[in-house]
Amino acid sequence: MENLAFGLTMLLVGMGGTLLTLFLVAALIRGLTSAFPPAEDNEPQE
Amino acid sequence: MLQSLLDGLGALTAGLHFLATNGGPNLVMLAVAMVMFYLAIAKGVEPLLLLPIAFGCFLVNLPLSEVMQTEGVLKTMYDIGIGNELFPLLIFVGIGSMTDFKPLLAEPKLLLFGAAGQLGIFATLLLALLVLPFVPGVDPANIKQTAVSIAAIGACDGPTVIYVSNMFAGLGKIDTAMVGALAVAAYSYMALVPIIQPPIMRLMTTRKEREVKMPSVEGKVSQTALIAFPIIVTLITGLIAPKGLPLMGMIMLGNFMKVTNAVPRLTKASENEIASVSTLMLGLAIGGTMEGGQFLKLQTLLVFSLGFVAITIDTVGGLLLGKIWYWLSGGKVNPLIGAAGISAYPMAARLVQNEGQHWNKHNFLLMHAMGANTGGQVGSVMAAAIMLAVLGGLGLLTP
Repeated sequence: MENLAFGLTMLLVGMGGTLLTLFLVAALIRGLTSAFPPAEDNEPQE
Repeated sequence: MLQSLLDGLGALTAGLHFLATNGGPNLVMLAVAMVMFYLAIAKGVEPLLLLPIAFGCFLVNLPLSEVMQTEGVLKTMYDIGIGNELFPLLIFVGIGSMTDFKPLLAEPKLLLFGAAGQLGIFATLLLALLVLPFVPGVDPANIKQTAVSIAAIGACDGPTVIYVSNMFAGLGKIDTAMVGALAVAAYSYMALVPIIQPPIMRLMTTRKEREVKMPSVEGKVSQTALIAFPIIVTLITGLIAPKGLPLMGMIMLGNFMKVTNAVPRLTKASENEIASVSTLMLGLAIGGTMEGGQFLKLQTLLVFSLGFVAITIDTVGGLLLGKIWYWLSGGKVNPLIGAAGISAYPMAARLVQNEGQHWNKHNFLLMHAMGANTGGQVGSVMAAAIMLAVLGGLGLLTP
């Protein structure tokens, strides 16, 4: 029972945490690319 | 004089005597090493890693071998680079400097596929926790740590698996030999992704879904965004999951050096010399843990079985999100790109491209898949970091 509780905790917190964190990162990147579009930079592409 | 000659000859034949009397497990592992040589050389299965692992396995299983004894050559490599997790981290610097995150930055939402592609880690963890209590030889006190180590194969990322499992080996929670089994399983399944994924892709999607043509991605990203990306990801990892900061920090360091173009020598060295030397020593040392008497256990079989389950569920997770996206977008997103949300880069992306083009020859999914695939690289490390953070919070990272 203790193992099952641990597994479910990891599934919910781990998977949920991964999804939420990457959603946050994706949102920040979206903001970043909107704030600094390639045309406005005039810098050579990598 | 005669006795001296006999003793001398006896010393020369001691290895053969050992093999004849107690060498069964070693003989099996020597055969395993030969199979790995064949796969690496003739079939090209992850040769960079598999060949040194096989050679380490070959060396340690020769009769009376001392390479993994105190001050033995492989033991020294293990102590300087695996025992303290240095080699996996140095390889991560190389991976970061080789990875192009532009497709992901051009379409940041693809990062969510990188999260869905980690479902295998957590689902396999749950499965392992249910199975392990019934496996003989598993210490009941260390079931959670053993399960986490096996589940890490779902990261589909060798260095992450070695980093996580070795952390538990260092704490005395799992056998050192298990790190070798986990590493071999992880790299084997990464190499088998082209065989494992296509049937799952076809099983989980309809022909209509597979034929969806997606608009091309320009992939243009400003230099500012490219430079800010590794800093933002490292910052967020540090704030949310500091236990995983070494993993994410090193991969982002490699990428930061690449995109800034400020230190081309270091970038080149990371991609080539540092990654190569670390890979060689890591492979040899991991192979050194595969000593027959330690390796041939029921646990090893379990590692390979659950590892397969993990990679399968990863693919299912990515495809499920792909299908949800397909429905939400009114059929504009090809759900196949979800299968690329794992860390096997760029193999998974190429598979998606091939599969998409197989069903619709005008379909070019590569850039979308590359975005999801690099998202899978970030996702696997983030999932491991979050897992370690939660384990730390639960007090499972203490001796």
